[in-house]
Amino acid sequence: MTDQSTKPGVPAQSPPVDPTLPTDTTKEQPRQSWWKSDGAEPVRRNLGLVGVLVVLVIIGIVTRPELYGNASWVTDNVWTILQQASAIGVVTVGMTFVIIGGGIDLSVGAIVAVAGVWSTTLATQSYGAAGMIFTAIVVGVVVGLINGLLVSYGRLVPFIATLAMMVAARGLAAQISGKQTQVSSNTTINDIASTKILGIPMLVIILALVVAAGWVLLNRTTFGRRTVAVGGNVEAARLAGINVRVHTVLLYALSGLCCGIAAIMLTSQATSAQAAMANLYELDAIAAAIIGGTLLSGGRGTIIGALFGVLVFSTITNLFAINNLSTEVQNMVKGGIIVAAVLVQQFRYRSLTQLFGRKTA
Amino acid sequence: MTAPDGTPQQPAGNEPAATAPAGEAVRKGEAVLKPAGDEPAAGEVVLKLEGVVKTFPGVRALDGVELEVRAGEVHCLLGQNGAGKSTLIKVLAGVHHADEGSITWLGEPFAPATPQAAMRAGIATIYQELDLVDDLSVAENAFLGHEESRGGFLRRGSTAARTREILGRLGHAHIPPRRLVRSLPAAGKQIVSMARALSHDAKLIVMDEPSAVLAHDEVENLFRIIRELTSHGIAVIYISHRLEEIRDIGDRVTVLKDGRTTAANLPARSTPTRELVSRMTGRTIEYVFPQRTGRATSGEPLLEVEGLTRDGEFVDASLSVRAGEIVGIAGLVGSGRSELLETIFGARPADAGTVIMAGKRIRSIGDAVRQGMGMAPEERKSQALLLDEPIYRNMTLSSFSGYARGGFTDAGKEKEAALRTADQLELRPRDVNRPVRTLSGGNQQKVVVGRWLLDKTKLLLLDEPTRGVDVGARAELYQVIHDLAAGGVGVLLVSSEVPEVLGLADRVLVMREGHLIHEAPAAEIDEATVLDLVMAGSLMEGEPA
Repeated sequence: MTDQSTKPGVPAQSPPVDPTLPTDTTKEQPRQSWWKSDGAEPVRRNLGLVGVLVVLVIIGIVTRPELYGNASWVTDNVWTILQQASAIGVVTVGMTFVIIGGGIDLSVGAIVAVAGVWSTTLATQSYGAAGMIFTAIVVGVVVGLINGLLVSYGRLVPFIATLAMMVAARGLAAQISGKQTQVSSNTTINDIASTKILGIPMLVIILALVVAAGWVLLNRTTFGRRTVAVGGNVEAARLAGINVRVHTVLLYALSGLCCGIAAIMLTSQATSAQAAMANLYELDAIAAAIIGGTLLSGGRGTIIGALFGVLVFSTITNLFAINNLSTEVQNMVKGGIIVAAVLVQQFRYRSLTQLFGRKTA
Repeated sequence: MTAPDGTPQQPAGNEPAATAPAGEAVRKGEAVLKPAGDEPAAGEVVLKLEGVVKTFPGVRALDGVELEVRAGEVHCLLGQNGAGKSTLIKVLAGVHHADEGSITWLGEPFAPATPQAAMRAGIATIYQELDLVDDLSVAENAFLGHEESRGGFLRRGSTAARTREILGRLGHAHIPPRRLVRSLPAAGKQIVSMARALSHDAKLIVMDEPSAVLAHDEVENLFRIIRELTSHGIAVIYISHRLEEIRDIGDRVTVLKDGRTTAANLPARSTPTRELVSRMTGRTIEYVFPQRTGRATSGEPLLEVEGLTRDGEFVDASLSVRAGEIVGIAGLVGSGRSELLETIFGARPADAGTVIMAGKRIRSIGDAVRQGMGMAPEERKSQALLLDEPIYRNMTLSSFSGYARGGFTDAGKEKEAALRTADQLELRPRDVNRPVRTLSGGNQQKVVVGRWLLDKTKLLLLDEPTRGVDVGARAELYQVIHDLAAGGVGVLLVSSEVPEVLGLADRVLVMREGHLIHEAPAAEIDEATVLDLVMAGSLMEGEPA
């Protein structure tokens, strides 16, 4: 979205337009304002989600005006929303890469659980905070690698491979923990969730760092370019000399890495880990990525959009919490929002003229 | 947004009655064509389009189309890619809806809201990419969307019987109605598409490049069916890039350019080619191959292929390409030529034999690309392009790592390089930020070729480089290929169009049923000989390997 050269006219560094150009190209350029151009597409999409967020905040203000009168409560509540979004946000960044790369990872919640449980066994805790973080990340990456190898070299459909991993990894987490909640007695780990730097909670900083790294990785590196190519047209990528198999493995490993990071964040928040942690994270992460504009078929998507998707969900959760409403209603609303968001996207792709043209024709 | 600024230059409402001069020139100052004597007995006008306009955001796809189709005629639509042919047939099929102008079908105003409505009205469309369901049977496909049923249960027996009857009318009674469409060859699938059209009792069948997927003898069969249909009063709109087909099957021709009708109702058989081409391009071009300078006939081979075999595809193929040499392989679809090319590129594993490029053995695509090989595959859209990505990213798909520093891409440098290559190839429009989807077929092909130019490729493998590319853009592509060879790039080219192979290549290989059966310098072999070898192999004087 910082791609300035998508503005109308020719890029600044290029020489003046050749007068022998066919007239059709010069004719249609003034008609395309920057706002309608493809370069502005992520901006328009994210503005829509920002709009949803604004509406949610207005609903909050209308339903609980007395809370919103209190400035310090508002600040605290914003941090609460962001902290709740942090672990799932990190997972969503990994998920977004996998989906843009043409895959899907149903095992993220289970990977978080295995990584969390493994890093909080008494044996692991004896190695201290560094040992726990190291364990969570290694476990996450290794499980992700297995996913990737199954998809890439085992030629399993990603849905099946990661569905199997989802079941198996939850089982492994239950096995390791003996179905018990494992309390973390490591104060360094436990303090992560309560630490603030310059008034910003540590978890939010971690989320921001992961999102920033994810954005750079997707938009500014060869890894990101390969991801879009592999997801957009796997055959074209292959025939262009991109090693599609290796890249696919790396994508799932990246998702696993994000799960490992999220495992530590969740463990710190709860000061414990258990086999049932991060339940249904796969659905939340996929939903956030999709309403953030990532194409489920791959080849297109944005990290920022996915982040907004996560924020919309955690804001809804918060809205229901401050109104003391049940989670059942909340889930129904969430489902509606997913459908609405995807409908809006399709609407835009089919373009307004086409839709209206049908009525008037 | 649809201001009526696109008033066609042809006077609206001009009634081209059967006696009016056919092929009225539209642009002033041009000679009016004489009505031809070989015009068929005129059926009544079934379809009439006047001043049809269709606008998409940023593009005026149709800008005043005039078209008149009579019962029982084959009406050919001619135009370059991007001239609006596809949009026009989608308007007729009810996929798109005209913004302005009038469409009259069987004397009534016609504006189908959906493809189903168009079908019900009697207009069937057979798209280039056949829209069949591979895992349904022939009969189920023929009656898809209007299945015969009673109380919600399918009447399989009577459906099969009706399908058999329709296939019989098409002269293909031997196709079993219960056979899965997946198992049919391309020609068979096309028959099923036509059966579907007839199952709707279509009075007009629109065929979008039906011959593109067919081998030579299958085209003959297609024409036989079309003649059978028209003899029963069914009108056919036939779209093709091959002029000789239009001469063979067509009755009248309407030419589109930039969304406008530039000539209507020209006689298909007698209008000179030069005339047709100039209506399509707005300029008279000689459809010839550029003069080749400095043919490389000596020097070390760049590529050496020895005894390459893939079971069931091709056997014991040996060939070599020198730097600056253009080697052409002539062969039909299914002769194993595309498979051979892909195996040389490392995209398919070989069962036997070796590929050596610049002294190194090639076993994978990675090896091939590293040794300076590049390939423009047969299916541009599905095998080569990221349609929604900008031109420059498609061009740098194989080389973006080379512009990157420490894993970080450099979009600025990529665009600069892509723009240089775009200019070299005369890519239009000259805006590398545009998504490739918005380009015409010829320009998309240039993007694929441009990709390998950027990558400093030493050997380019081209599989049907001009497939779906219009006449004007073809000549440009031929020039590009010659320029590449003149610059020392070796080219190995595959085409089912014999004149193309002969016109471009220095050396010609003929491939038939998996065997390279003949090799000769292009100057020493003529079209008839190659065609004979390609189709029958009767000469068989080249060593059988």
